[in-house]
Amino acid sequence: MSAPPGTPRPRRPSEPHRLFWAVLAAPGIIWLALLFIVPFYAILAIAAGHVNQVFGYPVAVWSPLQWTGTNFGAAWRDIAGSSAFVGPIIARTIVYVALAALLCLLIAYPAAYFVARFAGRRKGLFLVLLIAPFWISYMMRMLAWIDLLQTDGYLNRALTFLHLASQPVDWLGGLPATVVLGLVYGYIPYLILVLYAGLDRIDPALIEAGRDLGLGRVRTFVKVTLPLSRQPILTGMLITALPMLGDYFTNQLLSGTTGTTMLGNVIDDQLSTPGLQGEGAVISLLLLLALLVPMIYYVVATNRSSRVAA
Amino acid sequence: MTAATRQATPAERSPAADRSGLRRLRPQSNPWRHPWLLEGFTWLYLIWSLVPIALAVLFSFNNGRSQSTWQGFSWRWYFADPVNSVLHDPALHAAVVQTLRLSVYTTVITVPLGVAFALGINRWRGYTASTFNFVMILSFVIPELIFGVAMFFVFTALFTFVHLGTLAQTLGLVTWNLSWPAIIVQARLVTIGRQYEEAAADLGATQLQTMRRVMLPLLAPAIFASAVLVFSSVIDDFVIVDLLYSNAGNTPMSVYIYSQQRGGNGGPALNALGTIMLLMSFVIAVAGYFAYRWMTRGERSDRKQALSTIAGI
Repeated sequence: MSAPPGTPRPRRPSEPHRLFWAVLAAPGIIWLALLFIVPFYAILAIAAGHVNQVFGYPVAVWSPLQWTGTNFGAAWRDIAGSSAFVGPIIARTIVYVALAALLCLLIAYPAAYFVARFAGRRKGLFLVLLIAPFWISYMMRMLAWIDLLQTDGYLNRALTFLHLASQPVDWLGGLPATVVLGLVYGYIPYLILVLYAGLDRIDPALIEAGRDLGLGRVRTFVKVTLPLSRQPILTGMLITALPMLGDYFTNQLLSGTTGTTMLGNVIDDQLSTPGLQGEGAVISLLLLLALLVPMIYYVVATNRSSRVAA
Repeated sequence: MTAATRQATPAERSPAADRSGLRRLRPQSNPWRHPWLLEGFTWLYLIWSLVPIALAVLFSFNNGRSQSTWQGFSWRWYFADPVNSVLHDPALHAAVVQTLRLSVYTTVITVPLGVAFALGINRWRGYTASTFNFVMILSFVIPELIFGVAMFFVFTALFTFVHLGTLAQTLGLVTWNLSWPAIIVQARLVTIGRQYEEAAADLGATQLQTMRRVMLPLLAPAIFASAVLVFSSVIDDFVIVDLLYSNAGNTPMSVYIYSQQRGGNGGPALNALGTIMLLMSFVIAVAGYFAYRWMTRGERSDRKQALSTIAGI
């Protein structure tokens, strides 16, 4: 794409109008600089600042020369120190998100594969049904499960009716399974759409070639379709798992007990507790750093695939 | 299966193995048969994903306070109840108004900003352009909580003239949704290519004329689709508006449902609120779909393509 420096580039018709494009892009660039890049510096300034001893509000320190490690020390004590409570929560968050993302993939892939490959003339109908949850508010979808999972809700009634449970299960009383399934239910529509878009783009001729060359149905899938869907799987998993790591509302609505607290809850709580906001900034910053590599991978991958499509 | 047939099988297998090339042609292993198992699984998924929501909508019409026991049909949670219905309860009412207000403000700012940004970035091709394109896509994948925390701190510690509330929420939502028009318009720019633009320039049009007479009409469907997506994602947004609201006056529907349900004040009125959100999104989606189809009527595009564009895939 880019010519090596020093070589004269061929003049394109739009070349004399570079200023025009720059002016057009300028408002968006300024907006992103002020309200996307500066805010992240604000997290850093708060994290490296200190906390007002009297009122407990965080004091931002904007100059790197005056940064202190007070908040980092406090966060480190909570993560790994003797009275650490964040450490186990991080471990729990990773386990929940890994389980939920894996379940999402196991459910979403076959459905997306079917719609992309075999739906035939009913593809439009299936597509509408797959897209529908994407248009329904997250809160409404959580509300739906809260209704079903009540002690006298339909799920418990069905279970007791079928004699699968002797007494109603307290689904909303802090069960990890409820939280993980809530995460799966909440984020699966995004994954399924990414997978569908990726699988739909696979040229059917490649699959037919596999079949013509004597591969069975399963081996064609393993040797042709699966390798070709590696990219959508990776980006789809990222687009599902990244927001799950910052989720605090699913688990708050479906459990609300300390036994299922996730990292998102810690940050959300610290943000609304005077005196702890600085530490909340540190933990957000650490989460951001941990996720930087997968996020950059996603950006590079989507950039590459859009160039290939062009 | 009887013992006789089981014994016969190994004997038959050896000649069959010689004709292994022919085995695929036997009808029971027809390679193009319909995958019923896969279709059944897909339907199970769809039932699991949609039936709970249908039930939640149903409970918004419940003639009682329960969210789990059906007590007959009524409109009481929408308008019949003089105190607790969405129409008469000021808090519920305010939540609907706030959501609509944020959606309108955000769409009106985001779409022109994002379209100009996409055009500029796509044609400019400098280091600044590619850097900010990267930043824009980054804003698409960053966990919303981290972005919300950044917004919270920038408005409480630096831009303190922006008080938490509607203004802060709008600024946050615009930044968060800027990538919709930016990505969709850039994709459309790639599909339409440069030839129309160059033809206009050859015919003597200035840059501004080309933009107004050629590019904007060609980009109209993409601009429209991104407006639909921005509007509906603001309706459904939760994290940003939750971190940036300051009082009951600027609590949108999603935050209201969350805080009431969490505080143990759940009830069919929340389902009614959720159903209203759902209806708003659906009206926008359906209207957006048909309008998009109408705008692209001269092109070789089909229903599925329009559907994918409106869903942002």
